[in-house]
Amino acid sequence: MKYKVNEKGYYGDFGGAYIPEMLYPNVEELRQNYLKIIDDADFQKEFHQLLKDYVGRPSPLYLAKRYSERYGANIFLKREDLNHTGAHKINNTIGQILLAEKLGKKRIIAETGAGQHGVATATVCALRNLECVIYMGEVDIERQAPNVARMKMLGAKVVPASSGSKTLKDATNEAMRDWINNPVDTHYIIGSVVGPHPYPDMVAIFQSIISEETKKQLLAQTGSDQPDYVLACVGGGSNAMGMFYHFMDDENVKLIAVEAAGKGVSSGFSAATTYLGKEGVLHGSRSILMQTEDGQVVEPHSVSAGLDYPGIGPQHAHLFKTGRGQYVSITDEESLEAGLLCTKLEGIIPAIESAHALAYLEKMEFKAGENVVVCLSGRGDKDLDTYIKYFNL
Amino acid sequence: MNRIKKLFQEKKNILSIYYTAGYPNTGDTIQIAEALEKSGADMLEIGFPYSDPVADGPVIQASSKQSLDQGMTLKLLFEQLKDLRKTVTIPVLLMGYVNPVLQFGVEKFCEACAEVGVDGCIVPDLPMVEYEEFYKDCFEKHNLSNVFLITPQTAEERIHKIDGLTNGFIYLLSSSATTGKNLEVGNTTEAYFSRIKNLNLKNPTMIGFGISDKQTFDKACSYANGAIIGTAFVKAIADGNLEESVRTFMKKFKA
Repeated sequence: MKYKVNEKGYYGDFGGAYIPEMLYPNVEELRQNYLKIIDDADFQKEFHQLLKDYVGRPSPLYLAKRYSERYGANIFLKREDLNHTGAHKINNTIGQILLAEKLGKKRIIAETGAGQHGVATATVCALRNLECVIYMGEVDIERQAPNVARMKMLGAKVVPASSGSKTLKDATNEAMRDWINNPVDTHYIIGSVVGPHPYPDMVAIFQSIISEETKKQLLAQTGSDQPDYVLACVGGGSNAMGMFYHFMDDENVKLIAVEAAGKGVSSGFSAATTYLGKEGVLHGSRSILMQTEDGQVVEPHSVSAGLDYPGIGPQHAHLFKTGRGQYVSITDEESLEAGLLCTKLEGIIPAIESAHALAYLEKMEFKAGENVVVCLSGRGDKDLDTYIKYFNL
Repeated sequence: MNRIKKLFQEKKNILSIYYTAGYPNTGDTIQIAEALEKSGADMLEIGFPYSDPVADGPVIQASSKQSLDQGMTLKLLFEQLKDLRKTVTIPVLLMGYVNPVLQFGVEKFCEACAEVGVDGCIVPDLPMVEYEEFYKDCFEKHNLSNVFLITPQTAEERIHKIDGLTNGFIYLLSSSATTGKNLEVGNTTEAYFSRIKNLNLKNPTMIGFGISDKQTFDKACSYANGAIIGTAFVKAIADGNLEESVRTFMKKFKA
């Protein structure tokens, strides 16, 4: 349990709830109720029923033969891309929409980067007939057009965030402002393991289904529930936290988190937070973030909208600082090449986010027989334009 | 005695003005303070800008961005305030978000405030528990008041806790909203203001968010020790002659 949240809402030096008073009643209501609601047997039953029948879980753990040949180890892909709506994000939105209903909320807001969380939120709002407003950076609206169309078709209102770098960070600011202005009837479904306590813990719990299934599937396929390596990409870090969750206390399982280096960690166009960042406060929690000496948040860059974020969740900051997790980075080009390689070798077009995790396989050295799990967090349909442009397809 | 305490002992219907440091131009910080005191402001809240001001509406967001783009930093602000007390006698608070303070260093920040003659701070995203545990001693050592916000949704027990922790005034938000929303004093707002008034808090109260003219200011003063104007003032000094803009703006409230 040493990597989980303590009773004050902290992971070591990180976490807490750095929020203006206007948000206090909402966040406090959540803090007091989230574990009670989640642990309730009826909630669990409904949550797992929806994950099974609506999302299509368990997602397969696929032993990728040609990858395994290439790298000389057993490479398993956790197929979150096969979930309904195409990514891991729906695990969290199903959980949070049920929780919002229990709290009596009538209106749902969310931020989105790549649009995957926005689509997953709009989807559960349609499913449960709740009003839905999605904040999305103007830049992201442009580069993720198919997801914007999906959200609109699902009945959500998509509001462009036009401040700052017009990406995920700014969409998050706008969603927080909306919540401040609508304190009573609205629930904010944060899409990653960021934000004030209890969000990082709550989102991690909902996403932990990824590693819960992986353990069972590994045991059945290899005879052991402990792989040698687990890899996942990190923007805010929700798929990685879901993938790491049940392995955190298995100290012999190496956890590798892959950040977006953008055009290179020293290029000035990067989102490699642990490499470039310092400790500070962003979006309600103490963590590691990219910032100037004056404490102003630095605009990140990544070809992948889902990783284009200047911070990481507080639990990741803790895994990084304690050395429990290894945090590395992959450039835009490396990720796109890895996306194409995955398509050619395994017939799977991965989201560019997930391609960052796959790209790191190229840099690792394995011993024969080692078991490696990569979280394939989403499918690449939304990224076709980017792939087509880069490869002149 | 701390200038804030003295002010509340001596005056009623206190008019406090917020403005963003380094806006409209980097060098305007002191000039605005002087002009405001001359035109009758009772207290000043100087905002140090932050890149991600989640509690602020579009006007203060834009002023913060412009100020930062022009090169404003917390370090530069303290340099600008070096001679503050040569010309400005009214209480001055600094208002901003916690991350720039953390990077500057909490101890160093408090020292710098004391050195230039700042009387208090408002840091909306600094939680009460953190303040109590890590900041309070340092603030008190330097005779700085830390001002907390309360909203119509703040529970009574928490209001009393805040009242016990602060020693300047309590910042009463007219509604849960980002800055710059208009104050519509309906029955619910009045009931809330009356409820707070009847709690007999040890600290004075100032009403903020949505005060933009004489009418809303007077209304606020009937429930509290005074009111704070931010967005309307920041809008008023966007362009034109600075001293004249300040004078014209302040006339509206002093009529």
